[in-house]
Amino acid sequence: MRRLVYLLPILLVAALVAVFWRGLDPARDKSALPSALIGQPAPALDLPPLREGDPSFSLAAFKGKPVAVNFFASWCLPCRAEHPLLSRIGDEFGIPVVGIAYKDTAANARGYLAELGDPYAAIGQDESGRAGIEFGLTGVPETYILDGEGIIRYRLAGPISPENFADQLAPEIRAVLQ
Amino acid sequence: MTAWRALLAVLILALAWPAMAQEAQLADPQLEQRARDLAREIRCVVCQAQSVADSDADIAKDMRILIREQIAAGRSDQEIRDYLVARYGDFVLFEPPFKASTYVLWIGPFALFGLALLGTVVFFRRRAASPGAVTALSAEEQRRVAELLAEGDNQTLDKGPGDKGLGDKGPGDKGSGA
Repeated sequence: MRRLVYLLPILLVAALVAVFWRGLDPARDKSALPSALIGQPAPALDLPPLREGDPSFSLAAFKGKPVAVNFFASWCLPCRAEHPLLSRIGDEFGIPVVGIAYKDTAANARGYLAELGDPYAAIGQDESGRAGIEFGLTGVPETYILDGEGIIRYRLAGPISPENFADQLAPEIRAVLQ
Repeated sequence: MTAWRALLAVLILALAWPAMAQEAQLADPQLEQRARDLAREIRCVVCQAQSVADSDADIAKDMRILIREQIAAGRSDQEIRDYLVARYGDFVLFEPPFKASTYVLWIGPFALFGLALLGTVVFFRRRAASPGAVTALSAEEQRRVAELLAEGDNQTLDKGPGDKGLGDKGPGDKGSGA
């Protein structure tokens, strides 16, 4: 019993070192916040469509099958970087990718898609950024995977890269498809 | 000179002026005050160390608009807090709520202080109680001490007469020490 008391300071220091060590880990992304909406029903989004002639955008219309929701903007540079990978989601897993043009004018967002190609099944316009707040968005791009019931299963904050596509996104989509 | 001063004053004012005072406000000053107080409690989700009231980030501005809208619509502060926490988690509040997962955070410092206080009290109590225990030598020990002292006296004859005093004292003297 006495010995245990003497060990206590050493254990305390070891615990502190472990905490600090984790804090110093350069690989840890300090700005990555846990998403409060994982496991929760996705907010119902009813937005004006970006493409002229499209019916008005409703996220509820995609209920019944998994879907990827991608927030993008023409002013967002990392969005350009991830753009070619968006079509891979549809190509490899056969699920629709819907886009939300976050805090962007319709003209700019249309020009952006005319330049880079349009991988989206439907696109909603979120000029005020309110749809972003509804989703707990902290920036663009962000990608959410919803299951058939419209529950948010996964959130990727930041651009999709070939690495996180293979390591994170693809396994998460596979899990939702099962 | 005065022109420079005026310019400096304008610059300082522009920098110090709170972001919330520069944008569309609620007509009712009481409601506006509520919006500002609430915005000070909400953490900017992209700047982390700033409140929504202080931040110039776009999303912080959108959240100020949202807060004002909701207050104008008659929502209570708690309803607005709950709305944001549901989307961004407790992180969005500068003051984390008191619940099971944050007990350590709230109670930890007081518990540590209590433990330290208890430890200090015990330490001083023990120390106050111990001198008697240490000086109470057995008769055998007293005899040995006297013997050693006397021996020392015999060996160091070159020392001054003052030193002798100790060795001369017999076992009978111990009473004065205790």
